[in-house]
Amino acid sequence: MSQSKNNNEYLLEVKDLKMYFPVTRGLLRRKVADVKAVDGVSFSLKKGETLGLVGESGCGKTTVGRTINRLYKPTAGEIIFQGEDIAQLPEKELKPVRREMAMIFQDPYSSLDPRQSAGNIVGEPLIVHNITKNKDDYYERVERLFQMVGLDPALMNRYPHEFSGGQRQRIGIARALACNPSLIICDEPVSALDVSIQAQIINLLMDLKSEGDKLLTYIFIAHDLSVVKHISDRVAVMYLGRVVEITTPGELYNNPLHPYTQALLSAVPVPDPEIEEKRERIILEGEVPSPLFPPSGCTFHPRCPMATPECSKTTPELRDCGNGHMVACLRV
Amino acid sequence: MGRLLEVKDLKTYFKTDDGIVKAVDGVSFYIDEQEIVGVVGESGCGKTVTQLSVMQLINRPGRIVGGEIIFEGKNLLEYEQHGPEMRSIRGGKIAMIFQEPMTSLNPVLTLNQQISESLMLHLKMSKEEARKRAIELLGLVGIPSPEERIDDYPHQFSGGMRQRVMIAMGMACNPKILIADEPTTALDVTTQAQLLELMKSMVEQFKSSLVIVTHNLGVVARYAQRIYIMYAGKVVEEGKCKDIFKNPRHPYTVGLLNSVPRLDVEGERLIPIEGLPPNLTQMPPTCAFLPRCPYATEQCRTQPMPELRPVEGEGHKIRCYVDIAEVDNVTVKK
Repeated sequence: MSQSKNNNEYLLEVKDLKMYFPVTRGLLRRKVADVKAVDGVSFSLKKGETLGLVGESGCGKTTVGRTINRLYKPTAGEIIFQGEDIAQLPEKELKPVRREMAMIFQDPYSSLDPRQSAGNIVGEPLIVHNITKNKDDYYERVERLFQMVGLDPALMNRYPHEFSGGQRQRIGIARALACNPSLIICDEPVSALDVSIQAQIINLLMDLKSEGDKLLTYIFIAHDLSVVKHISDRVAVMYLGRVVEITTPGELYNNPLHPYTQALLSAVPVPDPEIEEKRERIILEGEVPSPLFPPSGCTFHPRCPMATPECSKTTPELRDCGNGHMVACLRV
Repeated sequence: MGRLLEVKDLKTYFKTDDGIVKAVDGVSFYIDEQEIVGVVGESGCGKTVTQLSVMQLINRPGRIVGGEIIFEGKNLLEYEQHGPEMRSIRGGKIAMIFQEPMTSLNPVLTLNQQISESLMLHLKMSKEEARKRAIELLGLVGIPSPEERIDDYPHQFSGGMRQRVMIAMGMACNPKILIADEPTTALDVTTQAQLLELMKSMVEQFKSSLVIVTHNLGVVARYAQRIYIMYAGKVVEEGKCKDIFKNPRHPYTVGLLNSVPRLDVEGERLIPIEGLPPNLTQMPPTCAFLPRCPYATEQCRTQPMPELRPVEGEGHKIRCYVDIAEVDNVTVKK
């Protein structure tokens, strides 16, 4: 991995981030409960690093991504981006921050405005942020963006419905790159695509990392462990709004410490019948509990094969088990 | 083990404004008793339409225009789509589970009403008997306290639970064949693992056969005995699961295997299949995979679509002129 000069400088530090969504009842919309979508997540990201966020639906991985981008205002915690805490910044002051941070969404069908041409979609951020000097400059930039993501600039005047899923996702990526951001949050960027197209997009994202003017940093959110393992420098596994394990992909695969990570890994099928025959599977009982009423103590304890009575009382904190391998489990 | 279902040269076409879409174009396959068969392909390859054709669930503008579907010695295509024979087979002897458990259950009927329906229709059970059986079935698929939940509505269940209900409905009449169309695609991996294990144990218990239609090669690797790989409305490779994964012979299969990142392999660069799947209204007369194929030869460009031909391995066939085993620069990630 090619690191920039500022090797130790963190691009992003998230400290004890909490995002609660209120549940309201009745005419007066009284708050009756909180959905604790994200409940105390901390991690940091170096420049040029790719952090994978994995977990099942409802674990809060998308909310983490959106909160960092300040599409939500976090309930508590700090988001230190390029040295500045943006967690509670008012909307007006967010514009320059968002220029440095872009997002790629999951569904390439609904995340592009059907009434705008592909060129306008990609070029809009340039206008919003007053980046281009004149028309020629604008077209030149949009053209370059199209080329960067492997689209023919001649397609600029077409509308999203004229593109295939993979091409639409390329438009989404070009739009994210438009302002030359330093951080891109990719929220399930390949899960809506066909297998053979997925690989094209993953390779594109990896190539773009070092291609632009500055080194890109990614937060890669996905439910597919194999994809995350492939693209990330570090992987954070989430369960019910909390990070349960963070480490490098190799360490995660070879030496998973948290029982949830172990179960998750064993549930992912490997396309090889001979390996599959020998592999033991840990089949988890039950389902992910509702984040409205999370279990006490360690939220995983009702499904955990290793749980002890202690686990239902004490909430485990993330702690280092050597070489930056962080785990939140009392039994490890 | 006897042959249960044999589909020969099935053709299902859809008439659209842009021309005729040959969604299924000459597909042949068979299912033996108590066998688990995988059908793999990307969206639009015709894998779902093939299975819907077996059930005769094709509606306008689609039409089954040719072929035979032999089930228990009879050609199902001779029966009327809404005739009594087809009705007794559909849901009775051949059952189907659909991809989206959210939309394939009726939201305004209780589980009891939905499961009992087929029991009363096919097995001529009384209301009380059907209810008792429905409770039993819900218990079998692992729904906790089924006596209480039987009168609940689908929205009161999670996605994984709904798919369990679908499996209970599918297995209700003890069908000979259960067709599962992308049964776990919309679900999380841990739920997916639970459900696949459940389906496997259910078909073993009921001595049924299972067809898993999926785009996920990993899913079939564990469960299927035989696999069909489909591309653009045709089977391009078929054979035993082990042969196909160990010794893939069609360039498309090789491409698919190379383009998925694997958990057990260190992060090498993926080798994607370049280009896009073909537009089904404008199919070339040549091999449909030709524009994306890295091993194409002169023969591929000039000759018509190749026929399925046997290669090494029991029942292993490919629809390709090139023998990948003889091409040197082929990389199959292991």
